[in-house]
Amino acid sequence: MAQIVSLAEAVRLAIRDGDAVAMEGFTHLIPFAAGHEVIRQRRRGLTLIRMTPDLIYDQLIGAGCARKLVFSWGGNPGVGSLHRFRDAVERGWPAPLELEEHSHAGMANRYVAGASGLPFAVLRGYNGTDLYRLQAPDGGNPPTIKPITCPFTGERLTAVSAIRPDVAVIHAQRADRCGNVQFWGITGVQKEAVLASRRSVVTVEEIVDTLDPRPGAVVLPAWTVTYVAHVPGGAHPSYALGYSARDNDYYVAWDAIGRDRAAFGRWLEENVYR
Amino acid sequence: MSSGQVTADAAALSEPAYTADEMMTVSAARALRDGMTCFVGIGLPSAAANLARATHAPGLVLIYESGTIGAKPAELPLSIGDGILAETADAVVGVPEIFNYWLQPGRIDVGFLGAAQIDKFGNINTTVIGGDYDSPKVRLPGAGGAPEIAASCREVIVVLRQTARSFVERVDFVTSVGYGSGPGDRARLGLTGAGPKKIITDLGVLEPDPATLEFTLTGLYPGVSVAAARQRTGWDLAVAAQPEVIPPPSAAELAALRSLEGVAA
Repeated sequence: MAQIVSLAEAVRLAIRDGDAVAMEGFTHLIPFAAGHEVIRQRRRGLTLIRMTPDLIYDQLIGAGCARKLVFSWGGNPGVGSLHRFRDAVERGWPAPLELEEHSHAGMANRYVAGASGLPFAVLRGYNGTDLYRLQAPDGGNPPTIKPITCPFTGERLTAVSAIRPDVAVIHAQRADRCGNVQFWGITGVQKEAVLASRRSVVTVEEIVDTLDPRPGAVVLPAWTVTYVAHVPGGAHPSYALGYSARDNDYYVAWDAIGRDRAAFGRWLEENVYR
Repeated sequence: MSSGQVTADAAALSEPAYTADEMMTVSAARALRDGMTCFVGIGLPSAAANLARATHAPGLVLIYESGTIGAKPAELPLSIGDGILAETADAVVGVPEIFNYWLQPGRIDVGFLGAAQIDKFGNINTTVIGGDYDSPKVRLPGAGGAPEIAASCREVIVVLRQTARSFVERVDFVTSVGYGSGPGDRARLGLTGAGPKKIITDLGVLEPDPATLEFTLTGLYPGVSVAAARQRTGWDLAVAAQPEVIPPPSAAELAALRSLEGVAA
């Protein structure tokens, strides 16, 4: 049953060094405040899992929290590159970053398999792409993409291994006092991420007495969630539909901050560690 | 817009001035027909698809990988997950559903993609350039939704600026498959869609040769020469017998595009 705790407490209790952590939110409801708390608590050796790493993982990678990244699209949406991510991949700074790389369809299906308690998911994808090549036996990474033949039709399809994170971290619009969680708008892959994970942290804009039913909303019952923390604005600079808009100036300004190691270091000191 | 201003020639002084990027976006928008369903990639494709909807194709159904189906934004979204897409959509679904139920079965007419690097068979690279995968010269964002959009939409249109560095004989990494190594490859790989039908650039339009599937220059914008297009292509570009001269943007197209971009016309 979900416990309502502070953000610092939730991160301290849920996330350990070396964990596989999935902070999800598909350009909407990105759990930035929780990511900054992970940086503040100086977690190390994390496997960071996320379809669209976005600025949140650029910040975690630059701060030295990550050992490995599992992802499908690592850019600054609508702006350009993630320079901390690129610095780690191209120059090994602040530490080398192992990559496990997929397409969006592959990542989404890997979460579905994890949430379904299955070892893999099947899709029609990857055939002919070099994403297969990354799975070569001597490539280092254990394979996560393999061909599979349909037992009914003989069609050649692709199997992708399940994602089973230690912890899922998401941001939602609301929770009630029992820890039932509700979110709406672009709901992405957050339900699957929470249900695929052993533990979860949900930050919310509001804690209310009762959750009014809302068409199209996803509800995660309290017994599927580990920790809930009240963090208004916890998705900033991404947006929370019904609460706040995307702070596009922040995304644009990040390009220059992320590009420069020293500027990034100052940003960390002034905005996260302080 | 980063590219230079192209001034209308002396014979058409009444035509408004426009940039090469505006010409490219208008040209890409014209490739979409009213009533189509269109899976829209981030960046240039989104601008073109929204322009088509604002001009000749009001019934165009825009589908974004964030799960918004039938989005009708009045201004260009800041990203594929912009709230304006969710608030104006016919339906909003989760990410597994958009790929599994909507894209994978082949119910989308056209996939509209950008690229960092493309080769003469329309294969797209958005992963790494130079060096090798483990220590690339340039690390690009990666696949996103593109591999399955390229595989499963009934057809694909690619929009990107044309340079000798981005138009290469063979891409450094096949992120999304066009025609592979040539005829027969898509069928052999089990790719259900027909593949890329047009590459629309800031110089003109390339289409696959029906026999070889090699992308061939079939259209040029006013004032662009075949020599310029060949110079900005990294392979020995084949040219149609009589490349079409593509009409410049109309005043209405330019006004609609600038309004979408929030720029005063």
